[in-house]
Amino acid sequence: MFDFFARKRSSAVSAKERLQLVLVHDRTDLTPAQLESLKDDLIKAISKYIDIDPDAVHIDLDREGREQRLVADIPLKSAARRVAEDSDY
Amino acid sequence: MTAQVITITSGKGGVGKTTATANLSTALALDGARVVCIDGDIGLRNLDVIMGLENRVVYDIVDVIEGRCKLKQAMIRDKHLQNLYLIPAAQTRDKNAVSAADMIRVCDDLRAEADFVIIDSPAGIERGFRNAIAPADRVLVVTNPEVSAVRDADRVVGILEAEEKGAPALIINRLNPALVKNSDMLSAEDVLDLLGIRLIGIVPEDEAVIIGSNRGAPIASESKSRAGQAFRNIAKRLRGEDVPFMDLTPQSGLWNAIQRLARRK
Repeated sequence: MFDFFARKRSSAVSAKERLQLVLVHDRTDLTPAQLESLKDDLIKAISKYIDIDPDAVHIDLDREGREQRLVADIPLKSAARRVAEDSDY
Repeated sequence: MTAQVITITSGKGGVGKTTATANLSTALALDGARVVCIDGDIGLRNLDVIMGLENRVVYDIVDVIEGRCKLKQAMIRDKHLQNLYLIPAAQTRDKNAVSAADMIRVCDDLRAEADFVIIDSPAGIERGFRNAIAPADRVLVVTNPEVSAVRDADRVVGILEAEEKGAPALIINRLNPALVKNSDMLSAEDVLDLLGIRLIGIVPEDEAVIIGSNRGAPIASESKSRAGQAFRNIAKRLRGEDVPFMDLTPQSGLWNAIQRLARRK
């Protein structure tokens, strides 16, 4: 009987998801654009030392309770290549 | 004994700070505590009408601060409870008439006279809010299960952390259990997860609150009101009692009536 209502995504779920995003940025005072430029700077700095794929880099703000955390996932290119070279040898 | 100073704040306006102040003060006084509540919203006085004391206002907090009257003269005794007093805000002045040091001084003078001093903070995060939290030993943040109220509450919690006021406790006000059940309102768990602070009470939406404010009689003294019960529970928790949270699954009303009909088929 209430399938008609259930089919639509619940408004409480979208409220929570939207708030999660907004609060992370409110708390850090960091706009998505600033986060993007931080990512670019990070890629530049790391590339000086190790070979990385800029497109594979993910950087995000994470929260746990009231703690905020900057989480970066940066896969290294050179590691994989070195393994390949080692096995050839 | 020395009073505990508790400030009630929210960031966003209209979430029920004044209602919470009036009801918690009433509930604490019903339990026998000596309570003084202070309207911290200079220029937008309201706690007096919510408590039904507007006709008894002679002096206000600015008169006390500027030395036009003694503290005792500005304390209005409640109509029903002998151990409950209100210090009203000034209506024709603005928040700049009061400083944080003034609020601390007034509260320090009250500490010997009362068990609890409850301050109703104005909305916002500016001077009036800063004045209201300055003397606080504890801060309670009131929010509603809505995006704007939760966002503003989070801002206030951040400021309180930065001011090293200690972790505030949360009151979720005007929760509608039927909407939550239907996934059309943030649940108490959602709000707690988002804000990451301790919960001190959930107050269900209750028509009796509006009726009580119409009459100038806080519903904390009405035994049948669910919201009144929720405020009485919070008051007990403020006194250190371990009171279980109310069961807020919808029990009556339209939604349940529809469900009962659906089940009968």
